[in-house]
Amino acid sequence: MPHDHQHGEHEALIIEDEAGNIEAQIIIDALQQVLIGKGLLTAHEVTAAIAKLESPGLHLGAKIVAKAWTDPTFKSRLLSDGRTAVQELDIPVTEARIIVVENTAQLHNLITCTLCSCYPRSILGQPPSWYISKAYRARSVREPRQVLAEFGLDLMQDIKLVVHDSNADMRYLVLPEPPHDVERYTISELETMISRDHLIGVARGVG
Amino acid sequence: MTRFSAGDHVQVLALGKEGHVRIPHYIRHQTGRVTEYCGTYLNPEDLAVGNTSGRAVDLYRVAFLQRQLWPDDAIPAQDTLIIEIYDHWLRSVKETENAP
Repeated sequence: MPHDHQHGEHEALIIEDEAGNIEAQIIIDALQQVLIGKGLLTAHEVTAAIAKLESPGLHLGAKIVAKAWTDPTFKSRLLSDGRTAVQELDIPVTEARIIVVENTAQLHNLITCTLCSCYPRSILGQPPSWYISKAYRARSVREPRQVLAEFGLDLMQDIKLVVHDSNADMRYLVLPEPPHDVERYTISELETMISRDHLIGVARGVG
Repeated sequence: MTRFSAGDHVQVLALGKEGHVRIPHYIRHQTGRVTEYCGTYLNPEDLAVGNTSGRAVDLYRVAFLQRQLWPDDAIPAQDTLIIEIYDHWLRSVKETENAP
């Protein structure tokens, strides 16, 4: 097929597969090899930096939610200034602002980033691969209820769905509704009931 | 003093800017309501080309009715989308029915 048009007339092409950018991986591997060869970097420093990137995770998100469920004054601070409240728990937040959105009986929140993969990484670590996929990014705003159904969540028609596109400087966490018998559980039991999907909003009921 | 406050009706502009912009196409031209002022941030359009000394710009969260964004009667009337928009991508509009 002849290739007779200019690419400038399209939007920028993004070269990636669903898991990430293969071309960039090849360039990074080559660069790392050169830097190690010249003695400017060690392999140990690279793995230590990766470990630091991967040390946050669901356990921190679960700690925040369980605290909010069991401490009403913490919950109100969390909803008014997420970053400051999260830092009270000795979690070092690097994002400019954390906005915590609360699910209620009448309201459900869903987080997405249509432009790339913005995610509260200093709290939850790296996003799941589906969150970065073009399919999720496009469909989470265009047909969010169908996306939720595919995650096993059939949201009642009378529950208001709010989709948050984290396209710029804010980062978001969903505060799920606590189980109805929340006082029966210890903090650590509550923490084990919370999944990453609850904090993104593709899951709803806890317990 | 910011140009907009929570509750104000606004329209997202289609500035036709080249390069790295953070206002997706699906939200351009749409009218909604400011829900929150987020503070000032360096403009990503500057940062993308290495200019870290540009003027900080106001950022707002703006809510839109999903039914207005996508022509689909199956969408429940109350469903909403909230997105962050920089000040220079917004203009003030008179009250509209098409805003949450």
